[in-house]
Amino acid sequence: MAAPKKKKTIRMIPQARTPAHEQEPLVRARNFEEVNCGYHIEDALLEAERCLMCPEQPCVNGCPVGVRIPDFIQKLTEKDFRGAYDVITATNLLPAVCGRVCPQENQCEGVCTVGESLEPVAIGRLERWVGDQAIKEGWANVPYIERNAFRVGIVGSGPAGMACAADMAKAGCEVTVYEAFHQAGGVLKYGIPDFRLPNEVVDAEIGKLERLGVRFECNTLVGRLFSIEQMIEEMGFHAVFIGTGAGYPSFMGIPGESLNGVLSANELLTRCNLMRARDFPNYDTPLQPGRRVAVIGAGNTAMDAMRVSLRLGAEKVICLYRRSHAEAPARAEEIHHAEEEGVEFNWLVSPVEILDDGKKGVRGVRCIRMELGEPDESGRRRPVAVPGSEFEVEADMVVYAIGTNANPIIGQTSKLKLNKWGYIATDENLATSIPGVFAGGDIVTGAATVIEAMGAGRRAAGAMKAFLGLLDTDRVYAERPATADSTLFGIDRAERGYARVRLPR
Amino acid sequence: MSNAAGGPGFEIVARQDFSDVTFLLEIRHPMLAKAARPGQFVIVMASEHGERIPLTIADFDRSRGTITLVIQAVGKTTREMQRDCQVGTKLLALVGPMGIPSHIGKARKVLCVGGGLGVAPVYPQARGYKESGAYVIGVLGFRNRDLVFWEDKFRACCDELILCTDDGSAGLKGMVTEGMRQAIAKHPDIDECVAIGPPVMMKGCAEVTRPHHIHTIVSLNPVMVDGTGMCGGCRVKIGERVKFACVDGPDFDGHEVDFDDLMFRLQRYKPTEREALERFNDSCRLRSQIP
Repeated sequence: MAAPKKKKTIRMIPQARTPAHEQEPLVRARNFEEVNCGYHIEDALLEAERCLMCPEQPCVNGCPVGVRIPDFIQKLTEKDFRGAYDVITATNLLPAVCGRVCPQENQCEGVCTVGESLEPVAIGRLERWVGDQAIKEGWANVPYIERNAFRVGIVGSGPAGMACAADMAKAGCEVTVYEAFHQAGGVLKYGIPDFRLPNEVVDAEIGKLERLGVRFECNTLVGRLFSIEQMIEEMGFHAVFIGTGAGYPSFMGIPGESLNGVLSANELLTRCNLMRARDFPNYDTPLQPGRRVAVIGAGNTAMDAMRVSLRLGAEKVICLYRRSHAEAPARAEEIHHAEEEGVEFNWLVSPVEILDDGKKGVRGVRCIRMELGEPDESGRRRPVAVPGSEFEVEADMVVYAIGTNANPIIGQTSKLKLNKWGYIATDENLATSIPGVFAGGDIVTGAATVIEAMGAGRRAAGAMKAFLGLLDTDRVYAERPATADSTLFGIDRAERGYARVRLPR
Repeated sequence: MSNAAGGPGFEIVARQDFSDVTFLLEIRHPMLAKAARPGQFVIVMASEHGERIPLTIADFDRSRGTITLVIQAVGKTTREMQRDCQVGTKLLALVGPMGIPSHIGKARKVLCVGGGLGVAPVYPQARGYKESGAYVIGVLGFRNRDLVFWEDKFRACCDELILCTDDGSAGLKGMVTEGMRQAIAKHPDIDECVAIGPPVMMKGCAEVTRPHHIHTIVSLNPVMVDGTGMCGGCRVKIGERVKFACVDGPDFDGHEVDFDDLMFRLQRYKPTEREALERFNDSCRLRSQIP
């Protein structure tokens, strides 16, 4: 018999966080290859040793979908890589994606016990390594699926839709995902650039969904080609999930915004990533690259826009943000990478006018300096303009990455109740005002993160299962003694349309 | 290159060439044919390397399950489509119907004006008004007689049709604005005007109707990528407000549209577009030299 394991202490673990392999900043700033090349197997094993296996497991609560993090790290230390993958995919469908794009410093890593005295365990990098291993080895957890007669329609193939689709397919439903673009993946495809999340990774994850039986229908604009009501009333869907994303970029309403050379980050990123304008003229979509690019905003989308601009050949890229570094909403790693690649950050600066070059192009941006005042309702200190501090920066392209508003199409074409900002109104179970129709992700909350959208997709799937009367495999049902009249052939009568049967003891 | 039959995509079931630049494609898509309303548009992507281009739906036939697009081969993508989109081939992507359908209201006398690439898209509106019981006056503009198409279709749904050609080779000599003036002089009780065509034409039309206070609807076709409100490339100035043509339009009040802004914004990608067309022409020339 093996001796009981000795409890690890902070002194026993490798003190320094294992660095990931990265491309050199000045090299990568000119290519679209992945910046963070991840861990090698020995790095992953070394980093896994840093987990204390603490009994509190704060990381699990820190994760929006509750990945059982210490369990998968334990499997890693045992070199049971497939086992680690199984633990993660029990709750998170897309480890290769989330390991790359989650803001771990605010989630699992932010509350890691090791982080109290040392740098926290690099949970994201470990998760990504497991996810990449699965893609390389062709692992996919296709459970035995007991088919039922329910049909589920999912609107939008981004992270929320994909997460909901996976859960409903596993529950035995026939799932169809509709996407307006010609390729599935949503923001993972059009938005997040390849150097951060390669499209092959997204396609691999979509392939796994297809193996669960999920059907993807691209080129389908729900709302206009058919309405949400038609899906329920005419097309035979028993339940519908709406995960269309926020998608209606905001501008500031300052003079000069209609000048050529002013565009939203969404447009820049879609042209470059999904439409491959970076490979013009091999691909037909044009993109007029900027020489000096000013990006407004400091979220992940802003970082992506800046780093894409560098890779498209810009000589100088500057970031204009009205708050300070501490308030910037982007992932810490993205800001760090952008800085390394030579992006110039201008904190506490807000644009007041975009300047015309006389030919309806951009010659610069007039800005005003800001200082931080009292905290606002978001808890961040409100930026206040400093009178008389205006100055100009030179730029021939201005990119807006200051967030999005609610996309109006579903609201225009259905009777769904919206909230005062135009997002879809839902209850705490993500049910909308139409029975059987659920919604989640950015179209409910406004712009958020990939993992939060996935969490919403999964929560909606849970509510959808309850609505359809499906046994939810994530829920622990109370043990009731089965009596003769509550069961039929040994199956609990209260369970109807179940995906899996609770075996009588 | 378009896809061969059998691959994924949307099948072209008919094609008609009106001139050396204008051609018609009829594409099978029963759901889209059922959903389409006058004034809506689609986004087409011919092949994997292609760009997404917005095209107004020129006609839809619910019984045949098809939609019709009329395309002017002016840039690289449309020239390539002219070459490759033959009956039996497929378009890689076709998505729609996009935009808010035109409001076919209670107007009793309507002027439907189409010029150049706007002739085809104004047809569903003319037919829609006719079906709603209005008296429809069509005004169509072409450069010359050889470019005229769909005269018969318009005659079938218009109570009056005024044909205008730049050189006078068919109908009235002059631009559509001249035809409009004549129609307004004859019918002072016109209560609505729909004008579709190049921005400069729509601007002219709006100026013709403005003194007569005739409510004028124009259909805008700015640069766009996704067509679902996501990129904001299609933003247009309507009065003091900024709107996205793809989801807030494409129909707007012609008297409020800032056409100069629209025309400048249409120039956004001109240098790259020109480069692409030159390359395409070169490759065609080289191809034609292969014995």
